[in-house]
Amino acid sequence: MPPLNSTSPLTAETRHAVSIVLNGTPRTGHAHPRLLLSDFLRHELGAHGTRVGCEHGVCGACTVRIDGVAARACLMLAVQADGRRIDTVEGLAQANEGRMTALQEAFRRHHALQCGFCTAGILMSLTDYLGRNPKPTEEELRDMLSGHLCRCTGYAGIVRAVMDVTGRTMKEAAHV
Amino acid sequence: MKPASFDYLRPATVADALAALAAGGEDARVIAGGQSLMPMLNMRLVQPRLLIDLGRLEELRMLRAEDGWLTVGAAVTQAEVLARPTLAQEVPLLAAALPWVGHFQTRNRGTLCGSVAHADPSAETPLCLIATGGEVVLRNLRRRRTVAAADFFLGPLTTVKAVDEIVECVRFPLARPGSGHAFREQSMRHGDFAITACAATVDGQSASLAVGGVADRPALRSWPLVAGGLPPDLDEALNAFAWDLGGDDDQHATARYRRDLVRRIGRTVLEEALSCRR
Repeated sequence: MPPLNSTSPLTAETRHAVSIVLNGTPRTGHAHPRLLLSDFLRHELGAHGTRVGCEHGVCGACTVRIDGVAARACLMLAVQADGRRIDTVEGLAQANEGRMTALQEAFRRHHALQCGFCTAGILMSLTDYLGRNPKPTEEELRDMLSGHLCRCTGYAGIVRAVMDVTGRTMKEAAHV
Repeated sequence: MKPASFDYLRPATVADALAALAAGGEDARVIAGGQSLMPMLNMRLVQPRLLIDLGRLEELRMLRAEDGWLTVGAAVTQAEVLARPTLAQEVPLLAAALPWVGHFQTRNRGTLCGSVAHADPSAETPLCLIATGGEVVLRNLRRRRTVAAADFFLGPLTTVKAVDEIVECVRFPLARPGSGHAFREQSMRHGDFAITACAATVDGQSASLAVGGVADRPALRSWPLVAGGLPPDLDEALNAFAWDLGGDDDQHATARYRRDLVRRIGRTVLEEALSCRR
């Protein structure tokens, strides 16, 4: 097996070892070069929290954090993620002693989800976004949410949940 | 929606990447942020034999303002440029336009050089490059060449870049004192492809308007200021520009609607640019 950083390419027909740190835990799986990170997480590592929607970067359902930065898992190859830290929705409660975070609780309280298909991606976007902009205005928040499609809520519950959690105590918002 | 098979190379140096690109020819593609190329791979609109990943090359992470230019390397993301504290002073047009590029989540990976190389006619970054009189630095194994933005774009997804070249960096001239800049676009939703995008620059002598999303590439037109203000016949001039762009009807909008947007948004951004000169 050649190292990923090499002068010879990873061949298309071979499954190559890919190691990531998934929600704080080192994990290794195997991937053909063409395998998307979203499919690698679900089918290879069994992390089914990340949903797959449009597979061309529009719907936002597969959004994860790559080295802390929110991005589409369907627009990245698994081999590109090698050596990186990937955080998914499963990690939120894991990092919070097994309980839902303040943001997740607010989603439940404000009916910010119905079918839940878009929710994992939105939560992962928000955890990155609120770290950079801890008290967004509603306009800023809606602009960020434009990167996600939700067909159940009309976004109103999502906006209310975030406003609630960011306006209430910043301490809680800091670890969402 | 899964990509067809390809070999994948993560080169250690730019030279390695260029050697692989030269050897791969038409069958090789480079990827950096992948926010335009990955959808095309997923939809199998492109099916390269070899994908060369520039995204982690430190050599391509330059982001600096010197000698009158802001230089942005091929591995620098839109989010990183947008987060630059001095951007609004250095290239105010870019600071105004970048929030319109895709969404928060795609700007985190998408690159300016990638957008320029992709050359979508409605994209904001090529428009800003044209509007500011920027440059594209191309590099292959043997040489580096610099192409003015005005000469770089040939049509939809088509540029003067040869198959063995990468866009190593793009360069935006730093804003001169006394100039004003404004950007606006119309799209179905914020973050969608622009139906029409307008970027205006006004300095002591002239007013310029760059328009994207109408013609097959971004287009620029300038008018001299009259008594320190916009030309009195600006409406006629904008109308002529709108017709000369020769837009077509498509699923997003009619050509007539696009001409109307050029006339209306064009005037608005020119007035904004004139009034915010400093």
